[in-house]
Amino acid sequence: MNSDRRYPEAISGSFPTPPLSFDDKQGREIEIRPYDGSEAEYEALAEMYVEFDPEDRAQGIPPGKESRIRTWLDGILADDCYNIIAWDGDVAAGHATLVPDTNGDHFELAIFVLQDYQQAGIGTSLIESLLGYGKSVGITKVWLTVERWNHPAVSLYKKVGFETTGAENFELEMAIRIGEAE
Amino acid sequence: MDVLVGIGSPDESVAALERSARQAAATGDDVTVAIVGDHTAEARERLAADAAAVADDAAIEISVRQVEGNPGSQLVDIAEDEGFDELVIGGGSTSPMGKITIGSTAEFVLLNAHTTVTLVR
Repeated sequence: MNSDRRYPEAISGSFPTPPLSFDDKQGREIEIRPYDGSEAEYEALAEMYVEFDPEDRAQGIPPGKESRIRTWLDGILADDCYNIIAWDGDVAAGHATLVPDTNGDHFELAIFVLQDYQQAGIGTSLIESLLGYGKSVGITKVWLTVERWNHPAVSLYKKVGFETTGAENFELEMAIRIGEAE
Repeated sequence: MDVLVGIGSPDESVAALERSARQAAATGDDVTVAIVGDHTAEARERLAADAAAVADDAAIEISVRQVEGNPGSQLVDIAEDEGFDELVIGGGSTSPMGKITIGSTAEFVLLNAHTTVTLVR
């Protein structure tokens, strides 16, 4: 991706740092915590993506087939990435991730919420918690792309402080600054 | 069939040419490669050499031309003016996350070409 990506001048904040828990709009107790690297959490995530409605895929992710889901997860759950999971008991209801660019000082964000758990406030909590988690480990610049017709996602990103930084392609590019540059 | 293959970056477009070359080897398509985009002369030569190597591997003849100016509009114009049957381009790169993104050239070509367009992944 282009290395001359633009970021807002102003630093957004303040975001909560996981682990945290709350009751969603359906009254389910949801806990958000960083991915612990265990096989059990990996398998719960794989299961969430196998269940994922293809209609909610964005720009080819999550992939459709289980084998490709696992290859994709291996990439984004690597040691240089930051992942948090929203749990309903032992069911992974949502997942958000920060994946470094090749030059390593900015991170691409993505967030997925399982269909049964959408529109319950989990997405907002997940993204705020992920930015809080990122900030706590020293990340300052986060970007994403989103399909321009995906209005619910675009308004969620705006609500937490993302600004549109690129609008010349099919996808909107948005970015946020969450800490002082070193 | 006359096929025009647009090449603008090594990683994205060589796959497009490889696909066209395989098809040409099987069907006898005439393949023309247009090297587009904002590159140094050396980079353009390297892309031309890449194209020649792919053609050699597939044992086909291709013609290669260097095209200056806006990549999308140049490809669309050449395809139309010279009566190409198909325009082949690289179909997007993927982000670190694995998201597929379609670049401005691909978008322009898809929206403006009157020929059939093939996006190669």
